Amino acid sequence: MSARVLVAMSGGVDSSVAAALLRERGYDVVGIAMRLAPELANPVARRRTTCCSYDDFEDARRVAERLDFPFYVVDMRADFARRVIGNFVDEYLAGRTPNPCVRCNLEIKFDRLWERARAIDAAFVATGHYARIVRSAEGRFSLMRARDLAKDQSYFLFTLGQAELARTLFPLGTMTKREVRDHARRLGLRNADKPESQEICFVPDGDYARFVEQTAGPTAPRPGCVVDDAGRVLGVHRGIHRYTVGQRRGLGIAADAPLYVRELRPASAEVVVGRREALAARGLVAADVRLISSGMMAGDSIPIEAKIRYRHPALDATLTMTAADRAEVRFNGAGPAVSPGQACVFYRQDEVLGGGFIERAL
Amino acid sequence: MRIYLDHNASSPLRPEVRDAVAGMPESAGNPASIHHSGRQARRALEEARERVAQLIDADPRRIVFTSGGTESNNLAIFGTAAANPGRRKIVSSSIEHSSIIEPLNALKERGFEIVMAPVDCDGRIIAGAAEMLDNRTALVTLGLANAETGTIQELAPLAAAIRNCGAIFHVDAAQALGRIPVSVEALGCDLMTLSAHKLGGPAGVGALYVRDMAPIAPTILGGPQEHGLRAGTQNLAGAIGFGLAAGTIEKKLDFESAKIADLSDRLLTLLLDAVPGLKLNGPRAADRRLPNTLSLTFPKVLGESLMLALDLEGVEVSMGSACAAGSVEPSHVLLAMGRTEAEARSSLRISLGWSTTADEIDRAAAIIARVWRRVAHAEPARDAEIAEASR
Repeated sequence: MSARVLVAMSGGVDSSVAAALLRERGYDVVGIAMRLAPELANPVARRRTTCCSYDDFEDARRVAERLDFPFYVVDMRADFARRVIGNFVDEYLAGRTPNPCVRCNLEIKFDRLWERARAIDAAFVATGHYARIVRSAEGRFSLMRARDLAKDQSYFLFTLGQAELARTLFPLGTMTKREVRDHARRLGLRNADKPESQEICFVPDGDYARFVEQTAGPTAPRPGCVVDDAGRVLGVHRGIHRYTVGQRRGLGIAADAPLYVRELRPASAEVVVGRREALAARGLVAADVRLISSGMMAGDSIPIEAKIRYRHPALDATLTMTAADRAEVRFNGAGPAVSPGQACVFYRQDEVLGGGFIERAL
Repeated sequence: MRIYLDHNASSPLRPEVRDAVAGMPESAGNPASIHHSGRQARRALEEARERVAQLIDADPRRIVFTSGGTESNNLAIFGTAAANPGRRKIVSSSIEHSSIIEPLNALKERGFEIVMAPVDCDGRIIAGAAEMLDNRTALVTLGLANAETGTIQELAPLAAAIRNCGAIFHVDAAQALGRIPVSVEALGCDLMTLSAHKLGGPAGVGALYVRDMAPIAPTILGGPQEHGLRAGTQNLAGAIGFGLAAGTIEKKLDFESAKIADLSDRLLTLLLDAVPGLKLNGPRAADRRLPNTLSLTFPKVLGESLMLALDLEGVEVSMGSACAAGSVEPSHVLLAMGRTEAEARSSLRISLGWSTTADEIDRAAAIIARVWRRVAHAEPARDAEIAEASR
């Protein structure tokens, strides 16, 4: 009997090829598509949904039929609403900028989906993420950047611990996107040339502010003042959830030099702005820190490269653990603007050492 | 060897039906044609009609072939609504099939008053006929046996009251036919929905029984087929298969349903023993429930997880109804019976049929018990979270 693998399938080309590769390698593949986002009331918007839409499930189902492995759609909307969407809205209300994909991997794909895997006696969970898992001679697992650095998604996966990495497969980690598309074409998969999904799946129109307002209802952020460092009122805004630290556009304030969002203050409903120079952080405080493979204790310090946003080059920095699950990251050079709520992921060359969620800038 | 326990979704084609349909002459003709081939086709169609009619004690001339139970229910509801313009009220129940619920929703949009009779904890309709009916009632449409729990309704006592108030009485017997005796005379109904594939006939064919003089307008317009009530060339192969399945079940019903009742009792006993806390939904009494249907609430698991784990072990059962995306929604029938959302999400439907064997039942019981233990261990159902999510 070959090992059973639960493959999380979205209907996109990546997870389809991941499933196909595992099938070709002789695994007992079971495809699972997760219903995550709530149904949209507007049918036109529903068709535009970037993932989890009816058509995407059909694409995944066709792949499973062509390659002859079982495929199921499972309903995870309740978990997703509470653990991902709820967190997304709460973070905006608290003046932070969340990353729901990290949260979804942490709470749904490598938690709830794992339970489903055990329920069907699967030894592994596989996804179409671009990242690599390497096992050392001593049996420790490391999470590594993908071979295709342009597609590397290891940033989203830092929450995986040893137990998860031991039972996870990323078949695309050593492939380029081009190779994946070629493979899809060879297999005759009709989603080979499907465009990539970019938006957050539960906000298909990309209008996060409106989504937060609709979901939060009466608790949505109220309008407030745009102030400078000295507390001088420069203008008004329609709610702090409409802003991200480091943002320049959309402030609607005339000034001699461009103004950037420096800080969001939920309690006073203030958006603090300043000049570009004032944005540069020397470092950051990370909470809920997870280390994949490390004997680091509070007080320990090591050089790392820190990635503070998915589409952001890694920066040379020093990581200092301040508690078992808290750390300070100090940038070696001039730092960028730091957005609380985003993930800060620690790299050493191609290896992901761990990461945490940005609490505040230093 | 896979174990198919989802006969309420569709029963496998009986071998005699498959052989007959496969052996149809190529020059089957159109039953409406005048020539020899047409007459041959017509004869085969009418023989099938007679067999179907005989199974429900009906006059063959009152059988209208359709594309299946869904179309029959649509024809009964929209056809009655269109033919009785003075009456704007329809009585049904909260546990009906979607092919009754959705037409009623559509009529509600057009201003009809829809009364949904509630059911008790076993799925039996509570409200008496008198309190549901008045002289504005156009139609009473009710299922004879429920697809999900197998609950059998006592509908015959309603017939006189429905007739007295001048309403039409439609019985959806799609799920009951072939499982228990069904007679339009004993029920006193005006319309009855029948489906072929629930009794081992082909899918894609069904019928509506229409009592003589029952006012009903066609919903599909075109040629004069089926007494003008259903235009379009008949599905001859389907009708022949339906007729054969009806003929078979007419001869075998007592024997087959007794055998199936024994097997499902055996499965229930084995599972109650192996799964502590297992609950049967619907009446326990054999004469109040379809003998082949077991709706079971499993403790500590999501029905969805258990169902797909069972599929991977070769046991095929079902849960609620599939949504457009292919995942399952909790059964509206169980919710109407007062089950919680968590209970409904933890329930599976197991339905036996003509092909089920004792060996399959013993193996299924062992597999279900083993897989239930694994799923319960792997994935503790979080009742509180499910309840929260459903709010």
